[in-house]
Amino acid sequence: MSTKDKDVLLEMRDIRIDGFSDDRWHEIIKGVDLTLHRGEVMGLIGESGAGKSSFGLAAMGFARPGCKISSGSIKFDGMDLMAARESEKRKLWGTRIAYVAQSAAAAFNPAHRLIEQTVEATVRSKLHDEKEARADARTLYQSLRLPDPEHIGERYPHQVSGGQLQRVMTAMAMSPRPDLIIFDEPTTALDVTTQVEVLAAMRNIVETFHAAAIYITHDLAVVAQMADFIKVLRYGEEVEEAPTRQMLETPKMDYTKSLWSVRELEKPEVKGEDIIIEMRNIDAAYGDVRVLENVNIKVPRGSTVAVVGESGSGKSTSARVITGLLVPSKGEVLFNGEPLPGALKQRNKDQLHRIQMIYQMADTAMNPRQSVEEIIGRPLEFYLGLKGKARENRVIELLEMIELDASYLDRLPGELSGGQKQRICIARALAADPEIIICDEITSALDQIVQEDILKLLLRLQKQFNITYMFITHDIATVKAISDEIVVMFQGKVVEQGLKSEILSPPHPDYTQLLLSSVPEMDPDWLSDLLAARGEAL
Amino acid sequence: MTQQPDTYSAASEKSNPRIRRTFLQRIWNGLRKAPLSAWFGLIVIAFYCVVALLAPIIAPYGEAQIFPAPYEPWSSAHIFGTDQIGRDIFTRLVYGGRNTMGIALVTTLLSFVIGGGLALAASISRGWLDQVLSRTVDALMAIPSLIFALMLLSIFGSNVTSLICIIAVLDSTRVFRLTRSVAINVVVMDYVEAARLRGEKLGWIMRREILPNIMPPLVAEFGLRFCFVFLTIAALSFLGVGIQPPSADWGSMVRENASLIQFAKYDMKAAMTPLLPAGAIALLTVAVNFVVDWFLHKTSGLRDEH
Amino acid sequence: MHPIVATILQRLGFGLFTLFVVSVIIFSALELLPGDFGEAVLGQAATEESVAAFREELGLDKPPYIRYFEWIGAVATGDLGTSFSGRAASGVDRSRSVAELVAPRLWNTLFLAGMTAVIAVPLALFLGITTALYRNSIYDRTVNATTLTAISFPEFFVAYLLILFLSSLYPIFPSLANIDDTTPFLERVYRMALPALTLTLVIVAHMMRMTRAAIINLLASPYIEMAQLKGASRSEVILKHALPNAWSPIATVIAFNLAYLVVGVVVVEVVFVYPGIGQLMVDAVTTRDIPVVQACALIFAATYIILNLLADIIGTVTNPRLLHPR
Repeated sequence: MSTKDKDVLLEMRDIRIDGFSDDRWHEIIKGVDLTLHRGEVMGLIGESGAGKSSFGLAAMGFARPGCKISSGSIKFDGMDLMAARESEKRKLWGTRIAYVAQSAAAAFNPAHRLIEQTVEATVRSKLHDEKEARADARTLYQSLRLPDPEHIGERYPHQVSGGQLQRVMTAMAMSPRPDLIIFDEPTTALDVTTQVEVLAAMRNIVETFHAAAIYITHDLAVVAQMADFIKVLRYGEEVEEAPTRQMLETPKMDYTKSLWSVRELEKPEVKGEDIIIEMRNIDAAYGDVRVLENVNIKVPRGSTVAVVGESGSGKSTSARVITGLLVPSKGEVLFNGEPLPGALKQRNKDQLHRIQMIYQMADTAMNPRQSVEEIIGRPLEFYLGLKGKARENRVIELLEMIELDASYLDRLPGELSGGQKQRICIARALAADPEIIICDEITSALDQIVQEDILKLLLRLQKQFNITYMFITHDIATVKAISDEIVVMFQGKVVEQGLKSEILSPPHPDYTQLLLSSVPEMDPDWLSDLLAARGEAL
Repeated sequence: MTQQPDTYSAASEKSNPRIRRTFLQRIWNGLRKAPLSAWFGLIVIAFYCVVALLAPIIAPYGEAQIFPAPYEPWSSAHIFGTDQIGRDIFTRLVYGGRNTMGIALVTTLLSFVIGGGLALAASISRGWLDQVLSRTVDALMAIPSLIFALMLLSIFGSNVTSLICIIAVLDSTRVFRLTRSVAINVVVMDYVEAARLRGEKLGWIMRREILPNIMPPLVAEFGLRFCFVFLTIAALSFLGVGIQPPSADWGSMVRENASLIQFAKYDMKAAMTPLLPAGAIALLTVAVNFVVDWFLHKTSGLRDEH
Repeated sequence: MHPIVATILQRLGFGLFTLFVVSVIIFSALELLPGDFGEAVLGQAATEESVAAFREELGLDKPPYIRYFEWIGAVATGDLGTSFSGRAASGVDRSRSVAELVAPRLWNTLFLAGMTAVIAVPLALFLGITTALYRNSIYDRTVNATTLTAISFPEFFVAYLLILFLSSLYPIFPSLANIDDTTPFLERVYRMALPALTLTLVIVAHMMRMTRAAIINLLASPYIEMAQLKGASRSEVILKHALPNAWSPIATVIAFNLAYLVVGVVVVEVVFVYPGIGQLMVDAVTTRDIPVVQACALIFAATYIILNLLADIIGTVTNPRLLHPR
């Protein structure tokens, strides 16, 4: 992206932001600087809790309730936002600085039509009259490649899809032709195949109107497509800032490097023969809604089968069928060649302990009122009848297996970090002495650096105890890192199953091709190349 | 936090262990930070409890002891005078508190056992049980509870047992609603599913996984429901269909002495007589409300941490 | 069919069903009476014949479901049965029809409730919205502490405090609200000042707190933050972005409190000896005059159900998701 106009648009110096929790104020941003020139796009990247959203909003001179900008200076186009009155800042907001929120579905007012909301700020600030603004909005809808741009604005937010809403919100931000747009994780809630289209549309329009932008995300590959330069935040402090290409090629800090370490992990694949679990001709439905259609999946002992697909593909439902939470309407699940009863209640303890499950959100997978010892100890007591000292010793053994120690015994889940919580969940599954563990998106809520570590732990445990994993995920990098075999699912059906090397190398069925190509890569040219390739294909 | 180690290990991850404290220390810690209103509430409640428990020792005379002079003015023999048939007002106040509070407490407990138990069962098993119970509760709640109570009292007659049962059953509908709505939020948690996958029994899931996690709103609700029940009983007694004489209670004391208020211009003290029990009721409910308010604020604040 | 019509019909259906269930419950009241209540009503000296005649009049010889339909059919045509009081052991029947007893008193109660609502609803909405807007200000804290105290007070305490100050010590208003058909309108309003004021204080406290909570809940929505970030002023955020989504919670709050008013009215009518339906019901309960109790309970319950139904319908027709289906 060009940065001909080199005059400074936004300058933030030594910004400190406090957040209120636990009855007192904590510093969540600890003195970060930022300089942005006209027409430049900056990527702001960091893990959850790094304070990037608060920092992004501070660029508008705005603090959410429960937050305050305690010190520093913010100059937007020569205007001091720290000193500015609320009414002065309001004149900037929505006209010269625009904001694109993470969840478009929640950020649109359900009571107004999309086009009314799109032109609201433009009309209020009298940049255009209502009629001109609406005509312009329809042009913007068109350039964002929204379907039926002439009429889509007459709809209400709940009448269009998430990806479309996110594009309408971009149009809304662009309507007054702002100097600066702040994108706050705008594609995080979208599926990968939708994400590509939205990213392309946003990049195109930002370029066309030569706006400056701050693009906030936790995904380095995404931001690499959008930004001229990238700033990495961690624990409220700046780790490093560099032009995009330079950062990807030669990151200065170990932490920055760790952000894509998962992508470099790759398990050598093994072909397993002995089938431990087989889903045979499974149909399943929630009420009248059919979610699985003739699903056949085979899982070989001691290997990892990754089930990939977007939301609604039926990958989690498959797990629910195997565990007995959802009784299939047709077909059966075979365990070591023997059919398993469909319903959970008909299975005995001996069948139950062999299949264990680990959840995506470790936060909700552990009872917040139980200590680590109770959480890991319960399956030991329940399945194996261990009590008292024997139970405690085994819990400590398990804790050591997951690289923690006895000092964690009496901790509650709220006192653990995200990675530690997921480790405890792994230990709880191990405690049952399982043959297969179903992992439902277990790394997707974790920060990159922790993801890598959890995956390594899983691989080590697999080697040590010959455990089988069925690994449900939407993230292709994780699939490469851990799987032997891959199952691709789409709309309740299995598209294909096979060894990792077969599935990941061409030729692909159409859907697999679309899915694989939509996963952003650590290459600033990836999106341009992809669009060019798709353009040719059309 | 500023210097992260280069090599990563699980134990070095940022986490926030709490400082270990004993139960009493935690309570004291909470109290120290409590606002003035909560302190006021706690002291009032403690005072009422002491008076209710020690009623026979504190009260100078017998509960229904009648003296020859009705409407006696305030004096050293009768601190707040006597009522329309010559009973000592102060004694009646002390016993009245004991009776009204005791009955309200028993009623509230009963309504929590009924409403809470059914709600937990309904929220875990869902299906027809949940449907039947929820629709029944909807229908019962469509009749204002004071009206319903009046109607049932007219059938079963006014005695303490029917009073307790009727109000407990009517009130349990509200307990059911609340418990169900909070329990449903907990039931969908993965850890409850994990317990089900493990093969745990319904009772264990209710007791160990769900109950501990819905305690804070239930405790707060207990306070509010106690107030509500207490006010309902007082109102029924005031209307003459609640606790029956010769038992003392605050509601009927207000009614019996209400006419004295007309003489405020001539004898302010006498006019205060009906306001004393009414004020006693008000003070207790205010106190409970203050404490519940603080408790809710505190527990919801704790939830924000995570 | 438009989904909104379907939803409204569904709500109406459920409301009717609830009314049916409630009427069955109220009807069963008579079934639950102990067997010897004939004697209880007619007095100890009642002859066997007069008791038998009384039982026959009530139709106790027919199966309950037939009696239910006879009863509900009569209620639908305005015939609420005959009061138990005024009957004597001798068999001389001076009892009056329930409808005749209830009608004038129902009018009085509605008048009192209406008068209260006219003052309380706008006041409570105003207080609720302003405290939500300026939350945590001194104004908010004061109003909050006051209303928290007010909702903790039993109605009769508020009533007697008002009598003490506004009637006994400073005789501004009468302490008894005795009115009849011939009382002129202004005189009526003057005599009803204290009961209306008592109810207003109690209702405003409840309604204001619920309104405040509903508005604060609404203001936490991401689309409100978005409106701010689009440069909308405070009043614009409230009027244009919050209010169109607030009708449903506000309607619920109002309906809930008007329904509460119906209950609060019972105690207040007794305190001020106001000839309304609440007092009638309390008297009937004391004398165990079941037909009157049933009639009053049915009226109270129907009011309650209809108010909640109205709130539900308002919530439905203002919901954009239902107004503009996909």
